[in-house]
Parts: sequence; structure tokens; C-alpha cells
Amino acid sequence: MVTNITNLGRSGLSDWLVQRASAIVLALYTLFIVGYLLFSPGLDYATWSGLFAQTWMRIFSLLAFVSLSAHAWVGLWTVTTDYLKPTGIRIAAQSIIILAIFVFLVWGIQVLWGA
Amino acid sequence: MSNMRSLTFDAIIIGGGGSGMRAALELAKSGKKTAVLSKVFPTRSHTVSAQGGITCAIASADPDDDWRWHMYDTVKGGDYITDQEAAEYMCSEGPKAVFELEHMGLPFSRFENGRIYQRPFGGQSKDFGKGGQAARTCAAADRTGHALLHTLYQNNLKNQTTFLNEWYAVDLVKNANGDVVGCIAMDIETGEVVHVKAKATVLATGGSGRIYSSTTNALINTGDGIGMALRAGIPMQDMEMWQFHPTGIYGAGVLVTEGCRGEGGYLVNKDGERFMERYAPNAKDLAGRDVVARSMVMEILEGRGCGENGDHVYLKLDHLGEEVLGKRLPGIVELSKTFAHVDPAKEPIPVVPTCHYMMGGVATNVHGQAIAQDADGNDHIVNGLYAVGEAACVSVHGANRLGGNSLLDLVVFGRAAGMFIESALNEGIDYLAASDDDIEAAMRRINRWNESEDGESVPELKRALQEIMQSDFGVFRQEDNMQKGVQQLAELRERIANAYLPDKSNAFNTARVEALELDNLMEVAEATAIAALERKESRGAHSRYDYPDRDDANWLKHSMYFPAEKRLGQREVNFAPKTVDMFEPKVRTY
Amino acid sequence: MSTLQVSLYRYNPETDSAPYMEEFQIDTQGRDIMVLDVLHMVKEQDSGLAFRRSCREGVCGSDGMNMNGKNGLACITPLSEVVKKGKLTLRPLPGLPVIRDLVVDMGLFYKQYERIQPYLQNETPAPAIERLQSPEERDKLDGLYECILCACCSTSCPSFWWNPDKFVGPAGLLQAYRFLADSRDEATRERLSELEDPFSVFRCRGIMNCVAVCPKGLNPTRAIGKIREMLLANAT
Repeated sequence: MVTNITNLGRSGLSDWLVQRASAIVLALYTLFIVGYLLFSPGLDYATWSGLFAQTWMRIFSLLAFVSLSAHAWVGLWTVTTDYLKPTGIRIAAQSIIILAIFVFLVWGIQVLWGA
Repeated sequence: MSNMRSLTFDAIIIGGGGSGMRAALELAKSGKKTAVLSKVFPTRSHTVSAQGGITCAIASADPDDDWRWHMYDTVKGGDYITDQEAAEYMCSEGPKAVFELEHMGLPFSRFENGRIYQRPFGGQSKDFGKGGQAARTCAAADRTGHALLHTLYQNNLKNQTTFLNEWYAVDLVKNANGDVVGCIAMDIETGEVVHVKAKATVLATGGSGRIYSSTTNALINTGDGIGMALRAGIPMQDMEMWQFHPTGIYGAGVLVTEGCRGEGGYLVNKDGERFMERYAPNAKDLAGRDVVARSMVMEILEGRGCGENGDHVYLKLDHLGEEVLGKRLPGIVELSKTFAHVDPAKEPIPVVPTCHYMMGGVATNVHGQAIAQDADGNDHIVNGLYAVGEAACVSVHGANRLGGNSLLDLVVFGRAAGMFIESALNEGIDYLAASDDDIEAAMRRINRWNESEDGESVPELKRALQEIMQSDFGVFRQEDNMQKGVQQLAELRERIANAYLPDKSNAFNTARVEALELDNLMEVAEATAIAALERKESRGAHSRYDYPDRDDANWLKHSMYFPAEKRLGQREVNFAPKTVDMFEPKVRTY
Repeated sequence: MSTLQVSLYRYNPETDSAPYMEEFQIDTQGRDIMVLDVLHMVKEQDSGLAFRRSCREGVCGSDGMNMNGKNGLACITPLSEVVKKGKLTLRPLPGLPVIRDLVVDMGLFYKQYERIQPYLQNETPAPAIERLQSPEERDKLDGLYECILCACCSTSCPSFWWNPDKFVGPAGLLQAYRFLADSRDEATRERLSELEDPFSVFRCRGIMNCVAVCPKGLNPTRAIGKIREMLLANAT
């Protein structure tokens, strides 16, 4: 058993499951958006804005953002532990990544529910 | 010698094959300070190449099977110079040793009822030869040796045995009383030479098939234990007895298991005739290996060999079908494709008798204790020295080993030696320590190589040795050829004594290891040659044109080769099993 | 022309400050010999060349090396399978420290093997005979127990290159599954709990380099997939 404190779920199994579950959400969300764009040829700002005014779409989008955050963290955590061997540099990189993901997530929520 | 590092153990086991690791396991479990010293990582030892199985009367294929029948086959197979007490011990203790292996995790193949799969092998019978062919060889497909060796290594890991992997034992260290008190060994990775002190030194160094140019043996089988013992003045028993396996792949020497014939394969000559029916009407292709090998050579010599040069025969397996081949002989299919370029499901495999196994070795009792003889021919124990496996001659194989008996030999006598050493250590062992002179004596030959400045190279001398052995001490032997061979070997010994090691570096110097191995090949070859020349009869694997018959009046004996005077003596065969009547020598037919 | 140009990775820690490639011309007389035979021919020219070998028939696992960019066993790789444009480049297995020439330090590889407790664990008192196992149960071990520990797979795996101290690697995981799959083993739960961290198993990204190079035709990726399934079944 290799101990780790910086990965998401403290267990490789939960990380692995999170990554696969989040990938499914992201795939569905991507399919939906692409489909929506294809089937709305005369898309204007009002329609687009209208779509995101609906609660279900906001929840779906939030789910996609959270999934993206989790997916990105698991993936980037893996990359940093693969390639960044000095502990200081690795922790610094991981901190920056966490901060960036956090900022993007909060910003996304603000976009969805903001004025 | 005060600047040399020393390591101290209760027991040092030289060799990490099946017998060595089985002995080590017993000692590790008992908590004795034990180390296995092996020139290769243990799972690279030659046991890994054993294919067909481990013969033992576990009564799986036949619920009425009896270890006494197995013992009878073993004694008859050895042409009656098998020590009957040892054969009795091996065959009766065998089931225990095999079940232990299964409990350790060995992945045996299985019958429908969940018991261990057993296949027929050569020389096996029911009811003391009267009940027809038996199926007594327990198998893990055709990778039994691999499965066995890995299982033993794994269980040694479990029991935290100390391993000195990629260490090479150079020579035994004897004290002033002639007791063996350890060895000189070299860490191959660093080149450091160390004095290993031990109360028990176990030779588990395997065979020496590399004295022949064509052999099924691994490149590492250079008789290191035999060489060390001979240099320490310890006599060798039955060294003329070399088994030629009937089915080595033509050209490559790679082994094709007897299990092929056990599963229903058979040999054919160039006319497509199943010729073994003529030589062994009852057992046919499953006669003793010596019998089958000689029959093959007869076919070839009489012009019925296969191929352009008529110098091999075919092993036919295609009639078994792809399913049986895939299930029971998957490794053989692989090897045939790689080394013979034939798919055995479609074409026969070209095969030829190939040097396979050394029946001789260090004479021991059933506890693995090495036995020497005094001037009057009386046995005495060599204190501190043990031998197990192919390096030992206990002797359960006599003049010809039965297929599947080598793996059983390894585990039964590895285990027995381990148990004996444990109790001896408990009772207390106290030998005189080695003096600086004693250590210096054991350092002599490595120093010789390290100081060599000029001379012939190791590979060319090795080739010369192998060619002498191959041409003059093969399946059939005769006086004048052997005289010439012995003469040439004596000259070769001089050349080797003056050979040159160009590379004196320390880190992983394989050239130095090969030079040291060459000395051992030389010792084994000369012991073989002189013993073969002097045994004036034909028995088991030792077959002479000039003395074609077995001579029980003069040679119902072990031979003992004494290295100091290069003389061949004799030693009595044991005819005194403890719980059964002894088997009287009879004419051996299959 | 039957001259083969052999380019060999050379490094002797006592004399070389850095490794280098050395060229040899070997006359194969047009025969399709094995790479190991070529190495023996080179060694006759230069006895200092170091490589491991034992069985010379592909069952002991000593002579794993990198041949023209692909890991494999020198003794069962014929020249026809590997030589390109008359040239053969031989390097040690990648990712492990080099001791000398083609000899690598396999310590980390063995450590990962030992870590998975590669031995049967069964505390139930054994019967007087063997433990029974049906042929179907035994069939589950096929494709697993045949591993020869040559390290061709683990040293072709980038995940093992980056984390040889934490990722068990394909060889070790194949053996982990060999015991998980054995009907006689009772330590399934303990074995799984040792493997659920983010490195031991989950560093496998399924790129299947291990499958591509295994000289015994084994499939560690499939075994790793089975371990994941067992972990999932055990934890959800």
C-alpha cells in the first residue's frame, strides 16, 4: 500500500471511479451542447440565454463544471506525480492547479447564477 | 587473508535450484541462519527447464497405485545400481513432499475430481512390472519445473530466507582436519571475494551437461559443485553415467519432454515406421531413456535416420490434435516453433539423443551427508559437507534415471538434508576454524586466473573440451576412442592451467565466472572419462561396443573416482531397504 | 553478404565515465541465428562484454534486453524477426540502473514482485493429500503462472519508468492476480486492500506496451483490469 494525501479520494479506486464517472457526465454534456448548436441554426443571444435561464440546464451545467474540476484534478495530479520528482516543486504545482480549478469553478457558478 | 570480509551462517547452500531452495526452506522455517548462494537469480536455475513432471505414487490417476511399484521401476530403471534404501526413502516419502508443494501453491494441472493430474512416463509400471503402463508423473502442463521452482522461491520469500543472488562459489574451505567449514565466494556484481563460514555447506549446484557440445542443459550447468568437491579431494561416484535424453531438438539441443510420448506421441524413422515397437515390444516409446536413446542411434547408424544427412528421427505428435497439445503440451508447441520451425500439430519434430542428466555426483546418504572412502575402501562421512539434487549421487538413479524422478529427488532429498542439518545444528556442531593457509588454498585458482598474463582463451578451450566429450564419451563408447579422449583431456588440463583471463575488472565480470567454470568442466570431464574407460561393461546409460553386456559379477557396484590419483575404485550398492524385500537384479527388458 | 552490424550499449563503471555505443561486425554466414548467439560471437571478440544468460530457451528470463527498440529475450529472438537493414542495436532494459553493459540492476523490479506477497496464503489446515481444485478453477491460472520474471514488460511501461518505487508494474500485478485468482488462496481481502492506493495498480493507463513485448505471450493488462474489477466489487 502506497500512502498518498494529495490525491482526491485518498484511494486509487475512488479516483479511478471519479475519473470515469466525470468522463461520462462530460461526454453527455458535450453531446448535448453540440446537438443543441446543430439543431438551432438561427441561434441568437436571447435563445442561448434562455436555455441557461432554466434551472435544469443550470444544474446540468454545474454538474459538468464539478465533473470537469474533479476530472482535471485527478488527471493533473497524476501528471505532477509522474513528472515532478522534487517534492517542493510538485507541491507548488499542485497548489497552483488547485487554486486555478477552484477559481474557474467559482467563476463558473457565478456565470451560471449571477446577474 | 585478514583483509578479506567474512560472512557467517549456520548453513550455506550453494545453488538456488529446486534442491537448494527446498533445503533452504526447511532451514529457514527452523530459524537457522541460512543463506542460499546462487550464481543466478534463483528462478533462472536449470530446474526451471524441467517440463514433464514429478513422478510420485500419489494415487491420483490410479487410486491403487503403490510407492513400492514406483520403487521397483526406479531400481530397474537404474539397472540395479540404484541404492535401494535411498529409492525406498524417495518413493515412500515422495507423496508427502509432493503434497507439501501443492500446499505451497504449485499450480498442478487437475483431473475432473480435483486431484493432481498424472501422466504416463517412460519406465513406469504397475504391480512390479506385471500390470502394464502406469501414469505416475504429476504435472503442471509441460512447465512443471518452472512451476516448482517459482513456488519454492516464493515460499522462501515467505519464510525470509537470505539470498546471495549472483554470487559465485569459487572453492570449498577445509580445515586442518579435512572438515568442510565454508567456501570462498565472489559477489559477481562487485567482484568482491568473501570467506563464507558455515557449519554446514550444501552443494546444490546441479549438473554439468555443458561438458558436451550438444546438451539440453542450461549454459550455467558447469558442474561447479563437482569441481569444487574434486579439488577438495572428495571422490565422485558413478561419473560415467550420463543420460542422453531421446528427444532433444535436432540442431538446437533444446529438450522436448518425455511427456510428449506419455501423452501418446511416438518416434518414427525415415520410413515412417514406429521403430520402438521392435526394440521394446511392451513399453515401446515409453521404455527407459537409455533404451530409447540407443534404439534411435541404432536406427540412424543403420541408415534409417531422417533428414538430408539421415542423422535424426522424428517425434510425431500431430495425431494428438491441437486441443491436447494446447492443453497438455503448450510449452512444447512454443519451443518447436522457435527452435525447429515446425508446428507439432501439423509436422513431426526432428529429434536426436542429447546429453541431459548426470546420474553421478557426490556420494551421499539419505540425509545428504557427503561420503568419502578411506584407503581400505570403508565409507566415512565428510564432516560439514552435504550434497543434494543432481550434484549428489544418493543414488536413486543408478545407471539411468527415470523421467520425472529428478524433480522428486530434488524435493525429497532437499527436504531430508534440511531436516538433518537442523537437528545436527541443534545437537551442536563445532569444527576447527580454517587457518589462513586453508583459506589461501581455496583462493589458489582464482588468484591463478587473476594473475594470468598470457595464454589461450577460455571459449576455445571450452569448445575443445566439449568436442572431446561429444566424440568419445557419447551414447556408445569404446576402449580406443576413450583412451584417446582421456589422453586429450590430460593435455587439455595442462592448457587450461596456462589459460588467460584478459579482463581483470571487478564489476559483473562474466569472463572471470566463465574462466572459473571452465576449471569445473575440466574436473567433471576428466572424472567422467576415466570412470567410463574403467567400467568395462554396459549398464544403463553406459554402453560400450567392446563390452556390450552387463557384468554383475564384477560391476554390480558404484564406481568411485579418486581425483588425487585419478584412479577408479568401487563402492558397494545398497541392497537393504528397510521395509520391503530387496529387488534382485534381473535382465532388464521393456 | 552476411555481415551483421551490431551496435552495442557499453558501460563499465570502472573505466567509463559515461555509456557509449560500440560497433561490431559479425559474420552470421547467412544463418537465421538467435540474438543470444550473436552476443556469444561478440563476446569471443571482446570477452569484457557483460550480459546475463542461462537456459537459452526462453524459460529462465535472464536475457531480457532491448533489441532494435523493442524489449524481448535474446535467446528466442531470431535475427529475421528483429534486424532492420542489416543492423542490430542492443541496449539494456530501459528504466533500470545499468550495472555493466547489458546487465541492469533489477532490485526495484524484484522489490515490487515481493511486495504483492507472491505466495499462496491459506490458513486452513491442509488435508493429508493435496487441496482439491477443479480443472475450471485451475484454468483461471493459465496465462498468469507462466511468468518468468524477465522484466521485459515492466521496463517497457512508462508508468513503471516514472514510479518504479510505487507502481507495482505489469509483472508484479500479473502475479498479484495469479494469487487473487487461485481458488486455494484465502487472502483476497488483504491482497486487495494493499492495492487500492492511487499508485500500485491505478498507475496503469492501459497502453498495453507490456502485452506487446511479453515473450511468453501473457497479458498483464487484462490481469490488471481483473484486479480493478475485484477492487470495485469489494469496495462498492
